Amino acid sequence: MNDAFDIRGESHIEVHKFRAGAIIIATLLALVIQAAFPVHFSKAAILDLPLLVTIYFGLSRRNPSTGLLLGMVIGLLQDSLSGPTVPLGLYGIAKTIIGYLASSIGARLDTEHPAARFALTAAFFVAHQGLMVLTRRILLAQPEPWFSVHLFVAALVNAFVAVFLFLLLDRLRRN
Amino acid sequence: MVAIPSRHKSLVLLAGIIVLQVLLLAVQIKRESKGRLIRVWTVGAASPFERAGSYGFGWVRDLWRHYFALQNTTKENEQIRHENDALKLQITQLQGKAAEADRLAALLNFRQSHAGVPMIAARVIGASAGAASQTIQLDRGERDGIRKNMGVITPDGVVGKVVESYPNAAQVLLLTDKESGVGAMLADSRTQSPVGGQGEPLLVMKYVPNDDTVSLGERVITSGMDRIFPRDLPVGTVAEIKSGNPFKQIRIKPAANLERLEEVLVLLSLRPLEMKNEENTGDAQPHAPGAGNPPPVAKR
Repeated sequence: MNDAFDIRGESHIEVHKFRAGAIIIATLLALVIQAAFPVHFSKAAILDLPLLVTIYFGLSRRNPSTGLLLGMVIGLLQDSLSGPTVPLGLYGIAKTIIGYLASSIGARLDTEHPAARFALTAAFFVAHQGLMVLTRRILLAQPEPWFSVHLFVAALVNAFVAVFLFLLLDRLRRN
Repeated sequence: MVAIPSRHKSLVLLAGIIVLQVLLLAVQIKRESKGRLIRVWTVGAASPFERAGSYGFGWVRDLWRHYFALQNTTKENEQIRHENDALKLQITQLQGKAAEADRLAALLNFRQSHAGVPMIAARVIGASAGAASQTIQLDRGERDGIRKNMGVITPDGVVGKVVESYPNAAQVLLLTDKESGVGAMLADSRTQSPVGGQGEPLLVMKYVPNDDTVSLGERVITSGMDRIFPRDLPVGTVAEIKSGNPFKQIRIKPAANLERLEEVLVLLSLRPLEMKNEENTGDAQPHAPGAGNPPPVAKR
């Protein structure tokens, strides 16, 4: 696994690499499932799989530039699949920042433990929604509430799903 | 040239990308452009996978509902059930097909009872990719004559309107979306007021004066004033009434089950329509099928 990680300064945290095409396929699958799943299971709309994929690859790759670029691409794709009432850039800005934050934090902390993943995902989910509300309020002049019980529940559900999804995505790592 | 320290490069990149996206947002607002070209590419690339995913999920769901979910209900029959697994699997598939046939028959009956109104049935193959909007994606588009601003209904009631049409797919803004609205009126008092969404399961009727009498359970129907939907289509029923200043706060339960849409009808006209059914044959003549329609030819 020597070619699969790199030691950064004093932190001694692995930088994981993935099988060829894994990031692209996982991203596309997340977007398609996100769009197709709620048609049959309306409660599944509470999940934000593209966000979970952004967080996972940000935390694993630990390269802020890669993280923010991946976040931008995923966000813009999600914008364009969300219909014309969602302007291009709404999810894009939020996921760019989350990708940057996830990879920056991933470079400083060990984020392999399920408890750490749960807490980080919940925090990133809330931050993502906060960025969306900020964008809507400041740039689009659309009043949105900052907090709701639904947001709290959604953060917990997404964090719970993330623990298992991340274990699944761990299998895509190059050995 | 000022050299940027390597540790700051990603921060500069982040700032640059955020600024670019803010500019992108600003351009869309200023020009009222919605980035159609990017959306056409993305939806065109994603819709075949969504279509396949939709059929796959439907199959798995039917299998789960009719087979696995019932497996523990009667333990005493477990042995017999094992022996009949293959047969039940076949029954499951047939039940799924029968349910689909029922839904399609309802659509066909509705279609036949409104033969003067040009409409086309479409299958729902996707939903909004995020919680920021309430949209669905249909498996038919410009090639089938579907255009922006056409109304979408089910036999139960109004669903929404087409907000984007691509060659092989179309996006529909559901009534529950915050930006959605339909011209409506109370069926008993005939009080007219638009009904819109709030991003929640219930709709709101905004401009009914406090003096007007509204009762719980009262039907809300289309008024035809929005020039998208014909008159007298069911919108929903009054579920909650609160007095406000100066208008009542009325919440409406949608007539169509917007959380479980599988097939819908798209009204293939951009001109005001009159619904004509068996009970109402003496009314105005319907427009000829396809009147006012753009030809169903793909534009590339």
